[in-house]
Amino acid sequence: MSAASLEAPATDAAASKGSRSRQGTRSLVPLYIATFVIGIGLWAVAGMIADNPLIPSPLSVVVSGWESILDGTLWEHTSASLLRVLVGFGLGVALAVPAGFLMGWYWLVRGLVEPWIQFFRTVPPLALIPLVIVILGIGENARIFVIFLASFLSCVIATFQGVKNVDVTLINAARVLGAKDLTIFARVVVPASTPFIFVGMRTALGSAWATLVASELVAAPSGLGRMMQAASQFLDTETIMVGILMIGILGFAMDRLLLLVERRLTAWQEVRA
Amino acid sequence: MTALISVQEASKIYQTSRGTTVSLDRVSLDVEEGEFITLVGPSGCGKSTMLNLVAGLITPTSGSVLVRDEVVTGPGPDRGVIFQQYALFPWLTAQENVEFGLRLQGLSKRDRAQKARHYLELVGLKDFANALPKELSGGMKQRCAIARAYAVNPSLLLMDEPFGALDALTRVQMQEDLLETWSRDKRTVLFITHDVDEAVYLANRVVVMSARPGRIKEIIDVTLPYPRNEELRLSPEFAELRARVWRGVHHRD
Ligand SMILES: Nc1ncnc2c1ncn2[C@@H]1O[C@H](COP(=O)(O)OP(=O)(O)OP(=O)(O)O)[C@@H](O)[C@H]1O
Ligand SMILES: [Mg+2]
Repeated sequence: MSAASLEAPATDAAASKGSRSRQGTRSLVPLYIATFVIGIGLWAVAGMIADNPLIPSPLSVVVSGWESILDGTLWEHTSASLLRVLVGFGLGVALAVPAGFLMGWYWLVRGLVEPWIQFFRTVPPLALIPLVIVILGIGENARIFVIFLASFLSCVIATFQGVKNVDVTLINAARVLGAKDLTIFARVVVPASTPFIFVGMRTALGSAWATLVASELVAAPSGLGRMMQAASQFLDTETIMVGILMIGILGFAMDRLLLLVERRLTAWQEVRA
Repeated sequence: MTALISVQEASKIYQTSRGTTVSLDRVSLDVEEGEFITLVGPSGCGKSTMLNLVAGLITPTSGSVLVRDEVVTGPGPDRGVIFQQYALFPWLTAQENVEFGLRLQGLSKRDRAQKARHYLELVGLKDFANALPKELSGGMKQRCAIARAYAVNPSLLLMDEPFGALDALTRVQMQEDLLETWSRDKRTVLFITHDVDEAVYLANRVVVMSARPGRIKEIIDVTLPYPRNEELRLSPEFAELRARVWRGVHHRD
């Protein structure tokens, strides 16, 4: 039912949004291209000046990447990593959103849960790896769990903040129109905290990728982190660069995708960062 | 006949880190069915507090508030509120905002849309039915909030400076419309305003409040007959009443 109420603003906003980003695109895209060309150019020049076989040139990285695409290894590692990130991030967000809502809505839940979350937020998820390995072993579960935890902790706080920040006048406006708790929750609290949830999801996505490589350093059969670590033993800096670029590209693409969805769903906002 | 609204010795005291604020100090007021009451007074004298008590959004620290002889325990759609800060749902279009209360009453999609359009037209927002609140001006937002409150057809309208953001021309138009719907539908209105002129023009009784602590200073009967029109504003009786309210608001004793 909140989907229906979000539909109209979304289409409305898509129109105004579209014109705005078109305008942005017109002025900035040449700059984006230019800065990439310059950056890669500088990299090439630096590689030539250094004349060190361990500093790969852009061309050799492309060649190495192309070879690993052809022999299927890049896809194998990428898909393994992507799956981990998607599962960990998906579970994290799927649990964080209801948990955040419950914390914001019921003081009892907040009192019982918030201290734990605040505490574990100060512990980097990677610091838990040794413990997780002991408990969950070195299998897939352990890796996904660490990514899950990182995503969950980033997202739950944002959702909770969102619920806490819902304007009381809006809740009162709903109450005087006859709305009871459940309606207020579904039709006021949820839409009002959507912008916060998206901020949380994007932070969570960043955390998920940040945790990925480290989680794969421990006896992973495949994955970009695994690929890079193996390459590092053979001083194969080209492959390492391919891994870094892959992670960057995937992380960036997923972030943009989320941003796109966010803009569609929260275009009703008066101000936007 | 007992009063529709009966505020009895009601006090509201706020404790904050900066100290204690006596927002309302043992205030009593009876409002009969069908009355049009305006509340005037300096900023911070407890006008909104009074309105929120009747709306059921807050409870008195002491004393009681009764509507139809029953103690107010919470808000209800029989008491429509128009908030000082519009309080439109920013993710809904103007029409969806107006439909919000209708939907809770269980109206079908078609009836909702039809009714919402009617009330939007009444406040002159027909062409902005699909606009989001952020695309409306301050006055348009206020009019949309009015349409939303009218739409659920409450017998009691609680209005917190509803015309504050409107330009003089629209304001007069909205006053006329409000008086017209009021006399037609026999609603009871509790209306807060800063504007002495508006207070006298609309009300059959003007309640003048004073601040720190919030009290009712004076209640002035407006003896002018309804329906009222623009000419009335120029009459000596009107000027006399306006002067009385003005003195009540601005004189400290
Ligand atoms: N939630 C609150 N917490 C603490 N103090 C409050 C609260 N609400 C109101 N007050 C205090 O109560 C007093 C009366 O507030 P109220 O909003 O009723 O004034 P008002 O007459 O509506 O003023 P205005 O004309 O500026 O809207 C003020 O001094 C205000 O600081
Ligand atoms: Mg006020």
